[in-house]
Amino acid sequence: MSGVAAKKPGVRRSKATRLRWLSFGSGRFAWVLSVALAVPICSAQETLTIATVNNGDMIIMRRLSRQFERQHPEIHLEWVVLEENILREKTTTDAAAHGGQYDIVTIGPLEAPIWGHRGWLLPLDERLSPNYDLGDLLKPIRDGASDNGRLYALPFYAESSLTYYRKDLFARAGLTMPAQPSYDDIARFARVLNDPARDQYGVCLRGKPGWGENVALITTMANTFGARWFDESWRPQFDSPEWRNALRFYVDLLQRYGPPGSSSDGFNESLTLFENGRCAMWIDATVAAGALFDRAQSKVADTVGFASAPIAVTPHGAQWLWFWALAVPSSSKHATAAIEFIEWATSKEYIRMVAEQNGWAAAPPGTRRWTYEQPGYLAAAPFAELTYRSIMAADPVHPTEKPVPYTGVQLVVTPSFPTIGNQVGQLFAAALVGDLSVDEALRRAQQATERVERRMGTGR
Amino acid sequence: MISHATWRKMWMTALGWAASLVVAFPVFWMVLTSFKTETEAISRVPHLLFAPTLGNYRAIGAQARYLRFAWNSVVVAMGSTLLALLFAVPSAYSMAFHPTRRTRGTLLWMLSTKMMPPVGALVPVYLIFRDTGLLDTRTGLVVVDALANLPIVVWMLYTFFKDVPREVLEAGRMDGASALREIVDLLMPLSLPGIASTSLLAVILAWNEAFWSLTLTAAKAAPLTAFIASFSSPEGLFYAKLSAASTMAIAPILILGWASQKQLVRGLTFGAVK
Repeated sequence: MSGVAAKKPGVRRSKATRLRWLSFGSGRFAWVLSVALAVPICSAQETLTIATVNNGDMIIMRRLSRQFERQHPEIHLEWVVLEENILREKTTTDAAAHGGQYDIVTIGPLEAPIWGHRGWLLPLDERLSPNYDLGDLLKPIRDGASDNGRLYALPFYAESSLTYYRKDLFARAGLTMPAQPSYDDIARFARVLNDPARDQYGVCLRGKPGWGENVALITTMANTFGARWFDESWRPQFDSPEWRNALRFYVDLLQRYGPPGSSSDGFNESLTLFENGRCAMWIDATVAAGALFDRAQSKVADTVGFASAPIAVTPHGAQWLWFWALAVPSSSKHATAAIEFIEWATSKEYIRMVAEQNGWAAAPPGTRRWTYEQPGYLAAAPFAELTYRSIMAADPVHPTEKPVPYTGVQLVVTPSFPTIGNQVGQLFAAALVGDLSVDEALRRAQQATERVERRMGTGR
Repeated sequence: MISHATWRKMWMTALGWAASLVVAFPVFWMVLTSFKTETEAISRVPHLLFAPTLGNYRAIGAQARYLRFAWNSVVVAMGSTLLALLFAVPSAYSMAFHPTRRTRGTLLWMLSTKMMPPVGALVPVYLIFRDTGLLDTRTGLVVVDALANLPIVVWMLYTFFKDVPREVLEAGRMDGASALREIVDLLMPLSLPGIASTSLLAVILAWNEAFWSLTLTAAKAAPLTAFIASFSSPEGLFYAKLSAASTMAIAPILILGWASQKQLVRGLTFGAVK
């Protein structure tokens, strides 16, 4: 120690001792840390990093992928499972910067054509093995994953929308749900079946703001009321009478016959409401059918009926189209192995494997014609045929009655859509709770869309 | 007859308890929810009495490798704190004991960097990480967390160092101690409570940091913030599992905070009554 420490030995020695311990501890920790930072976690020959969403189908895929690793011992799979909005931000950053963090990304109909167009994804048509049954993929899904006829992603799972209803309540009230209901039918049924005193509401619909929440549903309503987001020259169309009719109908329907607090109901909340017998009708994703028919989860499993998504003045764009697909970023350093994996995960053999291990009801739906030819699937999923028809009826290339410059049914395939969609969703939610009139919400939606267009541009 | 002072004490105690309950309630509810089924968790009528289940913890154990995420969090939080201290101690020493006319401006400028939203620096940082091979590495996250916390660490150490009597350091200097000896042998022992509480705060900040850790990592270096984010979903019930994941993620830092609360409070109130 220096002479400084010798001046007040008692005090200094104890502090110096403490400091020595601190230095010793820090030194040891720094050594351990440097080893920890340097040691690689995995030493497999070729590691594929797969970014995917947290939903039931993907969790099954992750579990069954051990089979793929057994068949391909030279390939090791690393999974990054995230909530879809976080995943979207991460994968977009990485794809745009060519970061190469991921070899396989899970993307939807908004990303596939835009990313493909920008060269962020590998085109797949020529890279797929001859054994892969590309022709069996459902056309609307294949179109949604393509840009200018080039396929950029292999669909893993797809969904459309349906009208769910309570057969027992309909029978008691002497009502009959047509196979193809209109929105006027829905309003009429909702008026009869709405009984707030018994905590039973005429209809449940998404009200939570967001481009993937209320905007998805309201856009399908707007489509079938004859509205469109943009005209051929990308001018926003919220000032049209069709939009006013659609939004006014939606707001009136939910305000009169919807459950309290609808503006915070998304898919999960509405599912819970319907499962617990709070809703007489619900218009939402086909994927909900599995949960509604599951006796372990749903109190109304024995009384659920389903019909096509309602239409108003035109059938165009009345039912939505969504899919999750697997794509290979152009920055991937293991493209060949990555394509091998996505072929495996989207093949008939994979669907059959899910059916064998988890039952046909768990098979990923909506991507292949073959799935809808399997007697086991048709028996396990009574909603299968209608789901198939709804998906085939959806046309992402011509989503509205009037011509539009964009593709996408419940979304507009343009990079600015998440920004526009979220802002517009907030305004629609404000109209639902009564903070804004329908006209004012649409006027502001028009302004907001024009503003974003000026800032970010339009098209791809 | 209750005196005014007693009333005041009772009132302050009640206020303290109320504030503590408000702060602790979300954590309590999260832990409670982690033992519910998904249907009970999303129920509009809150369930206080229910049959607890460990199913969510089992599902998480089967779905994700918790220990790997936790180890990454430990390495990144500790590593970034050590790195930040390495730079912050000399900086704060210099500014506290050898101020210039630009010191105050420098301090304010350092703090002002915290006012910029991190997303503003995302693209350049991402490109630098890509080109230096730091993407999805713990080293990269240690560096970025250390840099993000550096202004706060410097500020806190600066205020602690200002309370150390200059005379002690001057005496050391007269005995021939170099600047390094002054820091190591005199300043650091005298401000150990302050350094300890600053370190704890830096560890907590790095542990909870989500933006950079979610953006710059993928599979290998992802910490517990990414672990939590993997249990949320817009389609499907997830509240109970998410609560269980969050409980597992905050447990280590909660235990650390609990164990060191004496030092933390002592450090944070160090010099407060002078």
